[in-house]
Amino acid sequence: MLKLRGKIQARNTSTKQSRMVHVTSNALLPSALRHNTALLIKGDQLAELTEELVSTLREAKPFAGVLLCGAEAALAAAEQAAAGLPDLYLLPEAYVYLEMGDIVRLNPEGENISVLFRKNSPNNSLLLTERCNQLCLMCSQPPKRADDSWLLDDAYELIRMIPPGTANIGFTGGEPTLHGDRFIELISSAKLNLPGTALDVLTNGRSFKSESFTAKLGNVRHPHLQLGIPLYSDDPVRHDYVVQSRGAFDETIHGILNLKRHGLRVEIRVVVHKQTLPRLVQTCEFIARNLLFVDHVALMGLEITGFTRANLDFLWADPHDYRDTLSEAVDVLRSYGMHCSVYNHQLCLVNQDVEDVYRKSISDWKNEYLPQCTGCVRKSECGGFFSTQIMYRHSEYLQPFTT
Amino acid sequence: MSRFEPISFFDQQASGKVAQYSLLPFSFTSLDAIRYVVTNIAGEYMLLEREPLHRLVSGKLRADEPLYVDLRARHFLTDEHSKMAPDLLAIKVRTRNEHLANWTGLHMFVLTQRCDHSCPYCQVSRQSEDKLAFDMSREHAEKAVALTLRSPNPAVKIEFQGGESFLNFELLKHVVLFAKDANKHLADPKDLKFIVATNLSVATDDMLDFCAQHEIGMSTSLDGPRDLHNANRPRPGGDSYERTIAGIARARQRLGRRSVSALMTTTEASLSRAREIVDEYVLQEFGGIFLRPLSPYGFALKTRFFRAYNAERWLQFYDEALDYIIELNRQGLDFREYYASTVLTKMLTCRDPGYVDLRSPAGIGMAGVIYNYNGTVYASDESRMLAEMKDDTFLLGTVDDSFETLYTNETFLQAIDETFSYSAPMCTDCAFEPWCGADPVFHWRQHQDMVGRKPESEFCQRNMHIFRGLIARMEQDPFVRRLFTRWAHTC
Repeated sequence: MLKLRGKIQARNTSTKQSRMVHVTSNALLPSALRHNTALLIKGDQLAELTEELVSTLREAKPFAGVLLCGAEAALAAAEQAAAGLPDLYLLPEAYVYLEMGDIVRLNPEGENISVLFRKNSPNNSLLLTERCNQLCLMCSQPPKRADDSWLLDDAYELIRMIPPGTANIGFTGGEPTLHGDRFIELISSAKLNLPGTALDVLTNGRSFKSESFTAKLGNVRHPHLQLGIPLYSDDPVRHDYVVQSRGAFDETIHGILNLKRHGLRVEIRVVVHKQTLPRLVQTCEFIARNLLFVDHVALMGLEITGFTRANLDFLWADPHDYRDTLSEAVDVLRSYGMHCSVYNHQLCLVNQDVEDVYRKSISDWKNEYLPQCTGCVRKSECGGFFSTQIMYRHSEYLQPFTT
Repeated sequence: MSRFEPISFFDQQASGKVAQYSLLPFSFTSLDAIRYVVTNIAGEYMLLEREPLHRLVSGKLRADEPLYVDLRARHFLTDEHSKMAPDLLAIKVRTRNEHLANWTGLHMFVLTQRCDHSCPYCQVSRQSEDKLAFDMSREHAEKAVALTLRSPNPAVKIEFQGGESFLNFELLKHVVLFAKDANKHLADPKDLKFIVATNLSVATDDMLDFCAQHEIGMSTSLDGPRDLHNANRPRPGGDSYERTIAGIARARQRLGRRSVSALMTTTEASLSRAREIVDEYVLQEFGGIFLRPLSPYGFALKTRFFRAYNAERWLQFYDEALDYIIELNRQGLDFREYYASTVLTKMLTCRDPGYVDLRSPAGIGMAGVIYNYNGTVYASDESRMLAEMKDDTFLLGTVDDSFETLYTNETFLQAIDETFSYSAPMCTDCAFEPWCGADPVFHWRQHQDMVGRKPESEFCQRNMHIFRGLIARMEQDPFVRRLFTRWAHTC
C-alpha cells in the first residue's frame, strides 16, 4: 500500500502557508514555473546532490520546495549537502514512488505532505467531502459532520493544475452532491479545464431525485461524466438497512431515472457481502428488468476498512462460498445484454464463467498479493487484494494457478 | 453500543402483523391443480399456490414473509417503502410497446400467383402459364414501393411472396433496384432489407447471384424427410425435396450459411413424425425450426386438410417435437424452436419481438401489409388468403390509394380497436395476456367476429397450452430454464 499522506520534516521554510505544488525532477525548470513547483531529488539521485548543484539552486529563482526523499542515512547526508537551501523538505523513503508530474500539498507548519495526484496512476480521485446523508454498514470513509467546504476549494485548485492529457479522474466523498450547486459548478470547471478527461463521480444519487438539480448537471454537458451509484438490494427495506437511512431506496431509484432522462451516464455499484448476498441475484434481475438503460453494473468485493472493520462479523462472506451466486448474478446481467464487471475479487476465487467480466480493479496504491501468490502463473491477470484484506480478512480458499 | 440499526428498524411494517399494502395491476390463471401463474402488466411472472395467492389478494400477507418481499420487488404490490413502482412499471410497459409507434415494417409483394408446385394445403397458388392474369405489373409494383417507403418505420423489409417468387424474377429485380434507388433519394433513407419466399426449385445460379449481390435473404419451405416433403409438396417430376435441398446448398454457397431460413407446415401425415421432422432440420444444418399448424384458409379448407386434425392433436405433436428439441440440446446441440423463443422473449425479457400473430393490438396492417399480384392491398397474408375464399373483409384498398386512405380503412381501424387484448373480453382477466396477442383474421374466419369467442378459440387453446407448457418445463428443470433464458435473450 502506498503512503499518500503523513509526516515529513521541513527546513528553512519561507512561508507557513500550506500549498499545492507540482513535482518536477528537472532542476533547470524555467524560473517562471518554479513558484508552484517543487523539485524532487530521491533515492540514488540524493548522492548526486553536489555542491555545484546546490549553489546553482541557491543562486537561481527558488522552487516552491526542494523535496529530498530516500533512506534515512542517505537523507541525512543529502540534508547536510543541501543545508541552507530555502524550503527544504525531507520525505521518508515511503514516498520514493513520487514522480515528475505528480501534485502534492506541502504543509510547512504542520510538517506533513498529502499526495493529491499521481501522473502515472489510473486511479486519481479527489475527496470532495466527508459529510454524507447515509451511514453504509461497509463505508470505507466513515462520514464526519464538520464543515469541510475547503475540500471543495482544494478540488477547484487541483483541477486547474492536473495536466490536460490525464485520462481519468474521480470525485468521491462522503456524498459530493451535498455541496449542491457548488458541486455542479465543480463539474463544469472540470469540463472547462480537463475536457478530455473522463470523470467518475461516486454518489448515492439521492440528490438527483430533484428534477431541476439533475437538469442543471445535464446542462453542463460534460462529455465523459459517469455517476457511480450504489444499489444494494431490490428490496427497499434491505437497501435502506445497508445504507442505514429510511427512504434511501426510493430516492436513489428516482435519482437514477432522472439522470437517465437527462442523458447522463450511470453505473450501478453493488457491494457483495453477507447482507446483500441473500438477494444478489434478485437485485440483478431487478436492475435488468427496471434499469436496463443504465450504462454499466459493477459487482464489487468488500474493502476491509472504515466501518467494514467494525462490522466485519456480519459483513464478511468468503468469495469462495458465494462464487456460484456471483456467477448466477453475472449471468442474469449478461443475458439481458447489460455491460457489467466484477471488481475487487481475486481471480482464483471466481468461477471461470465470470472471467470475461473480471477486472483488475483495486487501486494501485492499495493493492497487494499474498506470499502464496508468488508462484501463481496468472498473477499478472489478477487484481490481488486490498492491503486491508491482507491485514484483516481474506478467503481461506486461495488456490494459486499452477498451469 | 452500535451506531447501526438492525434491518427491522427500517421495515416500517409492524412485524408479525398483516402488512399495509395496495395491489398493483396483475392477473392470475391456473397453471396446474396447485399453482397459479401471476403476471403484472409488464409481463413479469411469479408462480403462487392458491393459499398465498388468496392471502395476497385479500390483503392478508405479512411483511416478514419472503414472498412479500418478492412481490413488492417485482411490482405486484406496493407499500410506503416503494412509491417508485408505478413509474418503473410505466417505463416497462412503454418499452414493451415502443415498436407500435414505428408502424408497418414488413411489406409483402405477391410477385405472382403462379407456382410449379401444387401443394394441397396451399391457399393461393395457381398452375398456369398465364402471366398476364396472375403476375404483378411493374406499375403496381412501383406504386407499392412508394407506399412502402411512406411507412414511418426507420427499418422496412420487403418480402417477395408467391406463388413462386422466382417465376417472376424480372419484377423481383426491378423492385429491388427501384426501391433501393427511391430509398436513396429519401430525406431520411431507411434501413431497407429484402427477403424472398421461395421453394428454390426454379432458382437459377444467376438469380441467386443477384440475391447475393443485394443481400436478399431466403425463406424456403421444408416439411420434413424426403417422403413426407414430397407427398406434402407435389410438383411435376415429384422431386420437390431434391430441388429444395440442392437449392439450399446453392444459396448458402453464395449468400452464407445463415442466409436461408425454412418454414414447415404440419399436415396430418406429419403428426406422427415429429422427431423425424426435427432431425431433418438438424441434418440440413438449420439453427432451429418453426413449428406451425395449418391455417383455416384457401385450399387447406377446401381439400379438408385443415380439419384433418384439431388443436389438441397438433399440440401433442408440438409437445413431442419441443421435448425432443430440448433433449437434443441436453446432448450438446444448439438448436431451438422459434415459436417458443418468441414467446419466451416476451416472458423473460423486457423486449417484445413484435411477432405478427402475438401482437396487441393485432399485427394486421400495423406489423405487416401485403400488396397482392393484382394491385389490391391486404392487411396480412392471411387476409389475402381469406379473400381467395371470397371474403374481402380485410381489403385495405389498392396501390392506387394514398397511404392515408389505406391506413384509415374503417374495418382495419375497427380491428385494431377491438383487438387490444388488455381490454378484450376474457383476455383482460387472463394471466397470459401480456405475452399473447390477437388474430382478428383467424377469429373472423372461425366466428365472424374479430375478437372471437375465447372459450371456443383454437388460437387461445393453442397459445395457452404453449404458455403453460413452457413455464412448467422450465420450473421443473434448471437445464431447461437456462436453455429457455438463452433462447429468450437471443431471439
